Amino acid sequence: MSDTPIYEIENLRLSFPDMAHKPLFGAAPRVEILKGISLTIPRGDVVGIVGGSGSGKSTLGRAMIRLLEPDSGTIRFEGQDITHLGEDALRPLRRKFQMIFQDPMSSLNPRRTVGAIIAGPLRLQGFDRVSQRVDQALDHVGLPRSFRSRYPHELSGGQRQRVGIARAIATEPDFILADEIVSGLDVSSQAQVLNLLDQLVKELGLTLAFISHDLSVIRRLCRHTLVLYRGEVVEYRETQALFDVPEAAYTRELLDAIPLPDLEQVWV
Amino acid sequence: MADARGLVKRRIGMRLWLSGGWLTLLVLAAIFAPLIAPQDPLMQDLFGGRMPPFWEAGSDAAFPLGSDSLGRDVLSRIIYGARVALGVALIAGTLTCLIGSLLGLIAGYFRGWPDMVISRLVDIWMAFPPVLFAILLIAVMGTGLTSIIIAIVVIDWTRFARVIRAEAMSQGAMDYVASAQVAGRKRFSTMLAEILPNVLPTIVVLLTLEMGIAVIVEAILSFVNLSISTDQPTWGSMIAEGRLSIHQAWWVLVFPLITLFLTVLSFSQLGEGLKDHFDPVLR
Amino acid sequence: MSFLTIENLSAHVGPAPILRDVSLSVAAGEVRGLVGESGAGKSMIGKAVLGTLPTAVKVSAGRIVLEGEDLQAMRPRDRRRLIGAKAALIPQDPLTALNPSRRVGPQITNRLVDILGWTKADAGHRAEELLDEVSIPDPERVMRAYPHELSGGMRQRILIASAFAAEPKLIIADEPTTALDVTVQKQILRLIKQMQARHGTALLFVTHDLGVVSKICQSLTVLFGGKVLEDTRVEQFFDHPGHPYSAALLAATPKYTDPDASLTPVPDAVIEGVQAEIAAFDRMHGHV
Repeated sequence: MSDTPIYEIENLRLSFPDMAHKPLFGAAPRVEILKGISLTIPRGDVVGIVGGSGSGKSTLGRAMIRLLEPDSGTIRFEGQDITHLGEDALRPLRRKFQMIFQDPMSSLNPRRTVGAIIAGPLRLQGFDRVSQRVDQALDHVGLPRSFRSRYPHELSGGQRQRVGIARAIATEPDFILADEIVSGLDVSSQAQVLNLLDQLVKELGLTLAFISHDLSVIRRLCRHTLVLYRGEVVEYRETQALFDVPEAAYTRELLDAIPLPDLEQVWV
Repeated sequence: MADARGLVKRRIGMRLWLSGGWLTLLVLAAIFAPLIAPQDPLMQDLFGGRMPPFWEAGSDAAFPLGSDSLGRDVLSRIIYGARVALGVALIAGTLTCLIGSLLGLIAGYFRGWPDMVISRLVDIWMAFPPVLFAILLIAVMGTGLTSIIIAIVVIDWTRFARVIRAEAMSQGAMDYVASAQVAGRKRFSTMLAEILPNVLPTIVVLLTLEMGIAVIVEAILSFVNLSISTDQPTWGSMIAEGRLSIHQAWWVLVFPLITLFLTVLSFSQLGEGLKDHFDPVLR
Repeated sequence: MSFLTIENLSAHVGPAPILRDVSLSVAAGEVRGLVGESGAGKSMIGKAVLGTLPTAVKVSAGRIVLEGEDLQAMRPRDRRRLIGAKAALIPQDPLTALNPSRRVGPQITNRLVDILGWTKADAGHRAEELLDEVSIPDPERVMRAYPHELSGGMRQRILIASAFAAEPKLIIADEPTTALDVTVQKQILRLIKQMQARHGTALLFVTHDLGVVSKICQSLTVLFGGKVLEDTRVEQFFDHPGHPYSAALLAATPKYTDPDASLTPVPDAVIEGVQAEIAAFDRMHGHV
C-alpha cells in the first residue's frame, strides 16, 4: 500500500479552446497545452515542476488535482483512476489533495476572517473539532492564534501566504500542490516559506509538487525536478544530478538565466 | 509583525448621515401619515384654494406649505405621496434586484449555456426602448401600482443582470474560488457563499440606485396620468397639476419637486455611503 | 555633479513615518540600485521623485533636486512639466501599466504629442524606431495591437520603449522584472542595460533581488523601514557588505551553485538590531 506511487500520470493531453479565433458558428479551435506528459511521483517525494510561461506547468498542476479535466491520458492518484471522475465522485477525495495558490491576495476571500478561511475545507469535508484543527494549523505555520479574527488585508504578503499553507494542510492531505507560491515574495519571506514547507513535509509526511519558474528556489527543497517546455517533458531527474549536469539545452538555458549575487558570474 | 493595518476603522460619513436621515424621515412620515399630516389630503375647500406657504401673507398656519387650486393641503399630500413613492421604490427595487442579481450571478459564475441563454435574453430585452415598453405594458395591464411595479421589474432586471454578471465573472476568476472548489464545495454553494458576499457592495449600490429610479419612473408615469387612477396624491401628479398654475401658485409645483429630487438623490448617496462603509478591503 | 540628489527626505502616513531622513544621489549616466524588502519604502522614493505619491503620504522634510532644480519648491505645474521632459518610469506590472482599451501605438506616443508637442507623424516614427531598438519584430503591426494581444515580455519591452521615448535624463525602474519569468527577465535586463548605456540615462533601479543588482548596477542603497542602512559601490558591497542587514540579505539570496547552501531568512537578531536603530532614530527626531 505504501509502495503505490501517489501519482501515476500517463500521456496526459489537455487543450483549451482558443476564444480569440472562434468562428461565429461552431466550436473554437483548440490550443494544446499539455502534449502527452508522463510521470510518476512516489509517496513522500518533493518534486519541482519548472518551466517558463507557456510551458504548461500550472495547467499540469491543476489537471493533477482535477481542477481541469484532461482530454486524454490517465491520472492515477494512489492507484485510483481520477482522470474523468465527476465532481460528486471527486469531492470525498478532495481532502487528500490540496493546493496552495500563487497570489495570496486573490486566493483568500477578502470578506472572510483567517479563521473562517482555514476552517472552510474542514467544514466542507465534515471534520470534527474544527476550531482545534484551525489552531493546530496556525501553530504549524508559525502564526499566532490571535490571527484567526484578522482579515487578509490586515496581513503582510508573507503572512497571507502562510494562511494559504495553513488552509492546505488543515485537512491532513496526502499531497499538496504549491503553484508559484514564492514568486511574489521578497528574498527573506521566500526563505521563510520554503523552510516552512520543508519542515512540514517532514513533520506531516506530505508529498509535495512545487511549481516554479525559478530553478534557484527548487534546489534546496525538491528531490526530483521536472522541466517542462511548451507542454512537453524536457527533463525529469534527481535534482542534484540535474543541477550538476543538465542534459537538456532548455534546462541549461534556465540555469544560465539566473542572476546570482556574484559579480564574477558570466551572465550577459 | 505588528503593524497598523488592523487599526483603521471606518467612520460613518456625512453622506450616510444626510441621505439616511432624509430617507428615515420620509419612511416615518409615510408610516405615520395619518398622525402627522395637518389635513386630510383629499379634502377639498374651494374657498381656501391657492393659499401660499406659511411665511407669506395670506397664508393659513394649518396649511404650512400652502394649498393647491382645489384647496387641498400641499404638505399633507406630499406626506401621503411618500407612501406611494416609497412603496414602489421598496417593492419594485427589491424584486428587480433579486431577479436581476440572481440571473447575473448564475450567468457570470457558471458560464457555459446558462450564460449564453441569459446574456442573449438581456441583449434582446435591452433592445426595447424602455419608456415605450412601459407604456405598452401598462396599456395591456391597466393602470395602477401593481402594473407600475411589474413594468419596472420587467424592464430593469437587465441592469442588474449585466453588472452583476461582470462582477461575478471577475470574482469567479479569483483563486479563492478555485480554492473553494479544491476544498470540495459544490458550485451553487460556492456562488452563494464565496462570490455573493464580494459582489454585495455592488448589489447594494445598484439596489439603492434602482429605488431612486423607481421613484422617478412612478413620478413620470403619474405625471402623464398613467399611474394610480384614484384621487390618491402622488408627487408626479402633484407636479403635473402644479405646472398648470405655476404662475399663480408656484408652491404647488416646487415643493413636491424638491421632495422628489431630495429623495432620489438620497437613494443614490445612500448606496455609495453604505458601500464605502461595509467594504473591508481598504484603498 | 549628480543628476538627482535626494537630501534628508522624510515622509509619513498619519503618525507612522515611512521615509526616515533618506539621502542618496544618482550621477548622470549612473545606474544605482535601490534595494530592500517589501515595505521598505523603495517604491515610495521613486514616487516622491516623480510626484506620484499617494495622497495619504505627506512629505515632512527634505529636498529633491533634479539637475539643479528643487522639485519641492516648484509650482506643481512646472514640476510636472520638468518631470515629463526629464524623467520616466519603467513600472513593475506590464499588465496594468498599459491601458487595455487603447492600442499600443498611441500609448507610446502620447507623452510626445500631448506633453512635448510633437506632431503625430514624428511621434509615430520615433515610436517605430524605439520598438525596433527594443527588438520588437514588425513594429507597425505591434503599434496597432491591443495590450492583451501581446505577451508579458513584449509588453515590458513596450514600456521600456515608452520610457526612453522622450530621451529622459533619469529613469526610475520600479521592479521591472519581478513579474517576469527567469529567461524573459534576463532578456529584459540585458535590454535595459543596453538602452541605458546607449542613451546615457541615469537609472534608479528599484529591486529586492541582489542577483539582479549585481548584473546591472554600479552603486546601491540598502533600505529598511524607510531608513538608509548602506550606500556604497557594488564591488565593495558584494566583497564586504558594511551593515549586518546587508550581509543577511546576501545570505538569504538562494545560490543554486552551492548544493549545501540552506535557505536562511534574515535572522531575527539582525531585524531586531535594525529596528532598534530605527527606534533610536525616531526618538532623536521626536517621531517626525
